[in-house]
This record gives sequence, C-alpha cells and structure tokens, in this order.
Amino acid sequence: MSRQSVAKAHQKIQELSWEPAYHEPVSHYGTDYTFRKAKKKDPLKQVLRSYFPMEEEKDNRVYGAQDGAIRGNMFRQVQQRWMEWQKLFLSIIPLPEISAARAMPLLFRTVPNPELHNGQAIQMIDEVRHSTIQQNLKRLYMNNYIDPAGFNSSLRGFQNDYAGTIGRQFAEGFITGDAITAASIYLTIVAETAFTNTLFVAMPGEAAANGDYLLPTVFHSVQSDESRHISNGYATLLMALSDESNHQLLARDLRYAWWNNHCVVDAAIGTFIEYGTKDRRKDRESYAEMWRRWIYDDYYRSYLVPLEKYGLEIPHDLIEESWNRIWNKGYVHEVAQFFATGWIANYWRIDPMTDEDFEWFEHKYPGWYDKYGAWWENYNRLSVPNGHKPIAFEDVDYVYPHRCWTCMVPCLIREDMVMDEVDGQWRTYCSEPCHWTDKVAFRPTYQGRQTPNMGKLIGSREWETLYHNWNFADIVKDMGFVRDDGNTLTAQPHLDLDPKKMWTLEHLRRCPPFPSPNVTLNEMTEAEREAFRADYVRQGPAGRPAPAS
Amino acid sequence: MTTTQERSVPKPAFTDAEAGARTFPDSEARRFNYFSSAKRKQSHYEDVTVEVQPDPRHYLSQGWIYGFADGRGGYPLDWTALKAWGQDRPEPVRSPGSGGAGYEWPAHGWHEFRDPNEEWEQTIYRNSSNVVRQLNQNIDAARQSKAFEQWNPNWVDFVARHVGAWMHVDHGLGLYLFANANRRGPTNMHNTALAVNSTHRIRSAQDLALYNLTLSEEIDAFDGGAHVQAWSSDPAWQGVREVAEQLTSTWDWAEAVFATNLVFEPLVGELFRSNLVQQAAPANGDFITPTLIGAEEYDYAERDLRCTKAMFAPMVSDREFAEHNTGILQSWLQSWLPRCLEVARTLQPLWSQPDAKPPRFEDGLDRAKSRFTAIVSELSLRVPKELNQ
Repeated sequence: MSRQSVAKAHQKIQELSWEPAYHEPVSHYGTDYTFRKAKKKDPLKQVLRSYFPMEEEKDNRVYGAQDGAIRGNMFRQVQQRWMEWQKLFLSIIPLPEISAARAMPLLFRTVPNPELHNGQAIQMIDEVRHSTIQQNLKRLYMNNYIDPAGFNSSLRGFQNDYAGTIGRQFAEGFITGDAITAASIYLTIVAETAFTNTLFVAMPGEAAANGDYLLPTVFHSVQSDESRHISNGYATLLMALSDESNHQLLARDLRYAWWNNHCVVDAAIGTFIEYGTKDRRKDRESYAEMWRRWIYDDYYRSYLVPLEKYGLEIPHDLIEESWNRIWNKGYVHEVAQFFATGWIANYWRIDPMTDEDFEWFEHKYPGWYDKYGAWWENYNRLSVPNGHKPIAFEDVDYVYPHRCWTCMVPCLIREDMVMDEVDGQWRTYCSEPCHWTDKVAFRPTYQGRQTPNMGKLIGSREWETLYHNWNFADIVKDMGFVRDDGNTLTAQPHLDLDPKKMWTLEHLRRCPPFPSPNVTLNEMTEAEREAFRADYVRQGPAGRPAPAS
Repeated sequence: MTTTQERSVPKPAFTDAEAGARTFPDSEARRFNYFSSAKRKQSHYEDVTVEVQPDPRHYLSQGWIYGFADGRGGYPLDWTALKAWGQDRPEPVRSPGSGGAGYEWPAHGWHEFRDPNEEWEQTIYRNSSNVVRQLNQNIDAARQSKAFEQWNPNWVDFVARHVGAWMHVDHGLGLYLFANANRRGPTNMHNTALAVNSTHRIRSAQDLALYNLTLSEEIDAFDGGAHVQAWSSDPAWQGVREVAEQLTSTWDWAEAVFATNLVFEPLVGELFRSNLVQQAAPANGDFITPTLIGAEEYDYAERDLRCTKAMFAPMVSDREFAEHNTGILQSWLQSWLPRCLEVARTLQPLWSQPDAKPPRFEDGLDRAKSRFTAIVSELSLRVPKELNQ
C-alpha cells in the first residue's frame, strides 16, 4: 500500500468533484426537504485503493469459512428448526440489500454535497456485495442442507407469498417516494442504524447456537460494512436538521420509519430468534432482552435522544409503545402463531413447540403458557395429516385475523385494530400509527403543507384478496409451493421428512373455500361492519374469539 | 479445592441434516427453479443475480407496494425509449379471486440479458483489488527507482494538467451517470452491471487523483492543482467537459449508457488514453503513467464495452421491437456522434504539447473512428455519415 495517509488521500479525492458549467446532472427524484449547500465532511473517509483489498480480505475469510463448513460436515449439526426459517429470511434479504444500492442515486441531486456522494457510491458497491453474498449463502444451503425445497424456489416464493410482501417494505421503502424520506430516514437512519443490529448481529448469534456458523460468518462481514452506512445517514441527517423547515418532515418520517420497521423487522426477526431456535438455555437472551439492549439502549437512548437538542422531534411515544407491544402485548408470539396458523401458505416448514420450549417461554415471558400453550399443543396434535384439516381450518380457538393495510402484518393485537374508510375502501390497520401512515403521512399534503414528493402506498396490499374463495390446494399450486412429485407441499407443520407424514394437495382439497377478510369487510352493511369491529377488538390474546358478552 | 462453574454455552447436537441423508420429494432438487439459464447449465453468476429484483409481470403477485408521488413503483420499463419483446402486454391485473399468476417467466425480453463478465461481489473485489495492488506497486517501484526524474519537463506539466483533467471525466460519469443508472434499469442483471461499471470509473478517477498526489510529493515542479484549472478553464478541455456534463444530464438511462460507452468512449476516451497518453508517455521518459491508464483501458475495453455490447445487441434483433430499437439507437448515434467528434477535435492541441511527440492527431483519430465503426457495425447499426466529415 502507498504510504499516503488515509486523511490526505481522502482530502485529495475531494478535488474530483466540480460544479457543472454547461449541463446539470439529470434530476430523477424529488424531495420536499430543503438543503443548503454546506460543507459536510464525508464521514466514511474511504478511498477505493484501500477499500477493495479490505473487502477482498473479508471475502476470503467468508469463503474460507464456507469451505471449512462443508468439509467439516456442518450440516450434520444444524438444527432443521432453524434452517427452515432461513428459507424465508434469505428469500427476503437480498432485495433490501440491492435496493439500498439502488437508493443511493436518490441522494445525489437532493443532497447538494459532493463529499457525501463518495460515501454513498461506496455504500452502493457494498450493497451489491451484500445482496450477492447472501444469495450465495442461500445457494450453499440449498446444495448442502437436507431439504432444499423452499431454497430452490426462493425468489419465486418471496415474490408471491404474503410474508415476502411484508418483507418487501424493507426494500421498496428505500427506493420510492420522497428521496430523503426513503433513502435517508427510512433506510439509513432507522433501518440500518437501528434494526440491522437485530438482523445482522443478534440473529447470527442465534444461528451459531443452532449449529450454523455460516450465517454469522456472512452477516457479521456484512454488518462491518453497515457501520459505515450509518455514518452516511448521520451526515445527511445533520444537514437536514440545520434547516428548521425540515423539522416537521423529519418528525413525520421518523414516526413512519420507526413504526414500520418495528412492525416488519420485529415480526420477522423476533419469530426467527424465539421460535426458530433449539437453544433453550434459561440464561440466553430472549428477543425482548436483545431488543432492549440493541435498539432501546444503543439506538434510542444513545443515538436518537442526543439529537433532540438539535431540534429532532423523537417519537418517544412510539418507541415506548413498540416495547409495550413486544413485552406486554406479545407481538412476537402473536406473529409466530399466525405464521404457524398459515403454514399452508408458506414455503418452509415450521417445527411444533415442545415442553422444553414451553418452559423457556414461560421463564422468559411469564404468563406465556396461559396465552399460547394450548394453541401450540393443538398445533403439535394437528401437525401430521390424520384425517383432519390443517390447523387454520380446525376449531382451535383462533380467529383468522384481518391484515393491516399499511404494514401488511395482520392485526394481531386485536384491541389495537383500527378500521376506517380510506380512498373509498374499508381498511383495517394493526394500530393507530399504521392508520396514520396511510391516511395522513403518505399524502400530498401534511399538516397543511404541500408535500408533492411524498410516496404512495400502492399494490394489492391484502394477499388474501387474490385468492378470495379459492380452495387452498389451488392457491398452493398457483404459487408453486409444491415439491417435485407434483403433490407434496413444500411447507409442512413439522420436520419429519417421511413422505407418509407429509401434507399433500389432496389433503388441502378437503378444506372449505378461503375468503378474503378485506373483500368480506367491504361487502358488509354498515351495521355488520360496526358489529365486526366491536367484536374484533375484544378478541385475543392468541387470536381467541371475543368472550360472550 | 477450587470448583469451576460450568459455562453456559449452546450444546452441539447431531442432527444429520445434511444433503442426501434421506430421500423424499424434492430431496434432489438442488437448483434454483424459478428462471431459465442462458446456457445449458445455470451459472454461479445467474444464481446470485437473476430475479433478485422482482417483476409484477411474472411472480410479483401483489405488485409493487410503494410508489412515487405519481403512484408508480419499482422499475418502470418506460424509463428508456427502448423496448424488449413482451413489454407492451398489459401488466397482469390482480383483483378479488384473480389468483397471483402472471405471464410465464421471463415475461419479457429484458430478463434475457446476462452480463458476459458475470460480475458479482467476488469478481468485483478480486478484479479491483488486483488493479489497485498492481498500481500501488508500480508507483512504489517508480518512486524507489527515482523514475520520475527521467520525465521531460513538459511531460511533468502534461501529466499534471491533462492526464489529471481526465480524472474529472471518470468521476462525473462514474457517479452521476453509471451509479445513477443503477436505479434505472429494468432487471437486476442490468443494474448490477451498471453498478460495476460505475465502480470502474470511480476507481479510475481515484487512481488518477492519488497518483497526482504522489507526483506532487515526488516532483518539485509538479503542480497538484493544475488539473482543476485545466478542467475548469483550459479551452482544450471545455468541449469534453460540456459533453461529459451533457451525458450526465440525459434522462433516458439506456441512452446515457449507450452514448457513453459506445460513442464517447471510443471517440474521445480511447482517443485520449490510448492514442495520446499511452503513445506519448514512453518517449517522454514515463513508463508509469501508462500502467494507470492501461488499467482503465482494460476495464473499458475488456469489461464495460463487452458488457454494453451484450446489453444493446439483443435490442436490435429483438423479436418484436428490432425495428423500433434500431431507429432509436440510430437516432442516438446521430445525436451523439457529432458532439463527440467535435470534442475529439478540441483535444487536438494536446498532441503538440509533449517534447517527444506522439503519432499525429489525425492518425489517432482515424484509429478511434475505425474502432467506433467496428463497434457500431457489430451491433448492426449504420455508421452515420458525419463520421467522415
């Protein structure tokens, strides 16, 4: 390497940029934020001369470990319970990564500071690295793990499954709408700074405890890049804060981004960590404990709160409510139960919980068994086909939930459900902040201010609508979640690979048609709808029907 | 006697969860089954890139879920005027009870593009690390052998001003054209290839900037800031600067890439790099600058040009839109060729500046034109008559 210091080299590359004299670079993306041209140091201080060899060295370590895992027969020791959830996780995560690469150009014209563009360009390359290194890990799992089903159909499954759609918010939210809302606040300030801690640090730790040391190998390597991206976001945030007219938008975007990340990431990663593990040591941290440490203390108290003195309005209420949902309202448990209820719509297998699991949950979340124990016992009882229907169609004291129009996770904390007619359609929301996101935040005006660049929530947001009144055998065939015998389902509610114990399309034929909750809601009379709402908010916990009044 | 408290650690368990341990439906299905490979066997590159960016026309059943203010999300195909077969079919409409199926994969011709360089993270870091390591060694070796002392005085100034000026072209195009384009292409294969092209240009810009820094430290008479002055006010560079800026201002991503890699680069980039710097340097005592310029030349000629040709060649033979695309590409040639040719000529004064003269400007320009003609012919496009004016 050259002897030039990094600082000197970095200073030199600042000479590369210039003010256009003849034509301005194309402006494809808009923002309602205003930025004054201001000197702001590129916090990454990274030059490609040292960056490439550094990343190559990191790669060598990753690929060396992968060779070692295969030669050392790692898959003789991995827990299937864990690996099955990777079919979902690794189908989702390469898109958010590559979307982060695509998001960087949104900032070029909207943040008028060429020094920051250098860091953004390096982040773009990093994100290409992350996306393809994760695809490669999935490929390795597909080739070496006992059950390749679900890995082999990964990106098709991701694109047409409701769980993949929930995950896509963590990608499409980076690349559309107001450029600063998307690529700075949602992506770098909240997703990368807060939630990659649970994604890329806490979860790999759990993987290792389940015999998989490749997920930590790859994701810790990824996370070591994330810390640089966090600096990118921070620099842009400080620039935005320096103009008071941005404070209102920052407050809006932080509320939206925080709540959406909580809804989506805590649902997924919480489930993987709590229900995908076989490690039931009482002194291992629960997801709630990890969340308190990584997100509440490290992010909220150490990173966000100090920014308050610069005028950043912090959504203290939402952060406290997120914790309340995780700790008191059983958010993660409700989500895991829903995933397991709807196992027939998945492309991975979900292991039943055992007495050892029950004991751990009760230890970590006192009162868990009273709420969820009986349902998981039913799940276990109904896991192998034996003349009965899948659990979603059996009477197990569970009411199939409505979906949140905004975050698309179902409205599982029943008492918090909000119902409203928005854009001429009756919609349900899991919570008031999600209702606000759709009705108030993602609109062309906000608190009387014109916000013409704000994005829109679009698409067929309720997955069930597509299959309104279909038989589930046809739904599964339409999605392609069938194994190579043309009959056995990719998903199973257990881990036994004995073909005689696996569910098939024929088993699903016995199920009644599957109606869309949202279509049904919109077909109701006003009185029926109000009765539905009044009943719904009295349901739960654990999806139980409302008690007789 | 001391007792040691047992540490709390996860217990390994034998699970026998390795491939082949049991036979059951799908137990041998170890291939991504949601796309067709370009060749008989799926490549590693395809496995890690194809379909990562979804498409509502085939599998993305719920459609894009976030949109811009105009309600459009994802990667609209009309972000370029070019078209690929199948794209004019309406997007599948999903409604109550419609099911989720779209068109059969790939649904349209854009998905058939594969980067011939098969770039993904391992190739990016291996190739780029090799380049920066070799360049650093070359520069260190030159410094230790006091090679810079052999440079003719005019050459010192030439490198400071003119070789230095080129770093701005690389930087501007790398960042505001290629990195920008990585959000615009219709598939993950396009956008990943464009991101890689961007890294090549940004790295070349930084290579030149840091080389300039070294020269400032090694050669007393070397003016490390002369490149800024040349770029901002030297008449010989203003044409290049104007066209570079115009390229970055182009709305259509494909036009910007086409005009840069298939018109500007052969007629201006290679003219300057291969037909001036590479030819003039040795005679002026400089064996080191050509290694930097050569690295960039290799990235362009052997990687980015190769990839760009593979990106545009299918457009002119598209089974539905060949004629439409040929017309568009021809119009792009028509609009960018005269600009680039004019710019090439504004560089002519540079040929007379080194003490030891390179081959004549006109000879270099002829070579650049021949190169351009070959590229255009390879794509079955017509060479505009303006080339010979």
